[in-house]
Amino acid sequence: MAFLDIKNLEKVFGQNRVVKDFNLAIEKGEFISLLGPSGCGKTTVLRMVAGFETSSSGAILIDGKDVVSKRPNQRNIGMVFQAYALFPNLTVAQNVGFGLKVKGIAGSEADNRVAEMLKLIGLPDLGNRYPFQLSGGQQQRVALARALAPKPQVLLLDEPLSALDAKIRVSLREEIRMIQQQLGITTVFVTHDQEEALSISDRIVVMNGGRADQIGTPFDIYNRPSTRFVASFVGTLNLIEAKVIDPAANRISIGDQAITLKEPLGAAKVGDTISLALRPEAGSIVEGANGDTALVGQVMTSNFLGSVIRTRMKVGTAVISFDMFNSPGLTPPSVGETVTLRFTASDLLIIRE
Amino acid sequence: MKRIWAWGALTFGLLYFFLPLIGMTNFSLKMRRGEYSFDAYARVLADPKFQETFGFSVMMALFTILFGIFLIVPTAYWVRLKMPGLRPYIEFVTLLPLVIPAIVIVFGYIRLYNTSSWLPLTGTTTGTNLLLMFGYATLALPYMYRAVDTGLRTIDVTTLTEAAQSLGAGWITILSRIILPNVLVAVLSGAFLTFAIVIGEFTMAALLNRPAFGPYMQLLGANRAYEPAALAVIAFGITWACMGLIQLVTRFSKHTRAQR
Repeated sequence: MAFLDIKNLEKVFGQNRVVKDFNLAIEKGEFISLLGPSGCGKTTVLRMVAGFETSSSGAILIDGKDVVSKRPNQRNIGMVFQAYALFPNLTVAQNVGFGLKVKGIAGSEADNRVAEMLKLIGLPDLGNRYPFQLSGGQQQRVALARALAPKPQVLLLDEPLSALDAKIRVSLREEIRMIQQQLGITTVFVTHDQEEALSISDRIVVMNGGRADQIGTPFDIYNRPSTRFVASFVGTLNLIEAKVIDPAANRISIGDQAITLKEPLGAAKVGDTISLALRPEAGSIVEGANGDTALVGQVMTSNFLGSVIRTRMKVGTAVISFDMFNSPGLTPPSVGETVTLRFTASDLLIIRE
Repeated sequence: MKRIWAWGALTFGLLYFFLPLIGMTNFSLKMRRGEYSFDAYARVLADPKFQETFGFSVMMALFTILFGIFLIVPTAYWVRLKMPGLRPYIEFVTLLPLVIPAIVIVFGYIRLYNTSSWLPLTGTTTGTNLLLMFGYATLALPYMYRAVDTGLRTIDVTTLTEAAQSLGAGWITILSRIILPNVLVAVLSGAFLTFAIVIGEFTMAALLNRPAFGPYMQLLGANRAYEPAALAVIAFGITWACMGLIQLVTRFSKHTRAQR
């Protein structure tokens, strides 16, 4: 049985169903990310788990017990907010010890726990400072320590890195993951940043329009997107329209170039249009390649992005982007040049929804 | 050229404000013929009526402030947290005491709570004092509510509440340990303004026949020459001390010392 089990969860605001039949089973110690664009319902799900929003229907079970009827302060859930939400009138140590004090833990036990938490977040000497005397990254670390101090059953992170600058964001997300693994705490992390979700999660829930479009490991989500939305939202993706020319042999055409897919075409008939997905990093430019795993096209643009050079080429009416790793000896293709893009047949995924 | 006008306007403002004060202070010091003295002040301060009425008003002010804090902080907090749509209406209600004269309020009280009513508050001294305190709290409402509401605006009430809730805190803990300390400077501003209002209030205290400082000032003003001026200077001093305390509290509040 899952440690945190969300069953048929729904949330309706007036006429608007913002969360629709949401189901998720999270094992103890698992790190789950809810990933999706603004307004997809991910924060609403998190707030329902925390108890800040009441669900319209459905159940939320923590360790087998339904917590829907419990108030937020009775759920034993730790939460970290995007805006840090440290109590400005309390010092760092008092902030971290707040939950302990509320629980009635005082004296040396509380002091030791606070010291332990401050050490865990790497700020053992800043206990006497006030929140305004800390940087954003430090404040968010303190918020994490404060949420963890009372030993909650579940840790909820509501876009905790969004307000930080890029470098701090990367280092802090690694720190969060390290602490989570160290403590083995069941964690739900809400983000709209796919890189964040891909880099630190055990599993990702990609949400769209209040539903979970796909639940899977970061590898699965990235490499085997099950819907058009997941494919387009996670990573950069070429969505290519192709015509079926021989369903039995999995043959399709892009422009006037025929390709054999590895995936079966299913019930598609000759002349049907299907959508294919190809990651920019899946292809490379070669000379003289042709046939089933190559497309010939004309370069439209070539942009230098630092570590990669992203080139857009035209194949029939389709526009395909592909990336080349930058190296000093590389000559980027020039606009108007005819190039051949090679990939493996399994890189072309059929998008069915 | 612009600067000259600005300095001119400032000088005019200062003269307009300070000249009457200087005149009054000067007059209050002239009780002894031919020389300056504090005789008028000494006589006022030695008057047992002054001590009695001032002590009464200070006590009333303290109770009014406490009542105001217990009434307004939770109300303003709750409106901001749960019913933000009601804010314009609540603000309108809190502004009513500025429009409705105190005499109307106090006559309403006397009519509603007289000895032949269902709640005869005016029948006892404690009841009348209670009624006076409610009246003072009503008069101070626009200032107290605005001060607290402005204080609440400077903090993220919703997120701080949710953060405290997620740590297991109930409403009383949240209000007493998180919200109130964070709006304390604003509450104290409102409290000092309330203090100044209560110390000088005449209508309610006079019509409820309570021995407050306001009616004493009026009585003294009607019967003496130099003492009322000395008393007015003392009243000004109290008000300014209150304003100074607001500044001091703001400056020495630890967690708000830097820009957040």
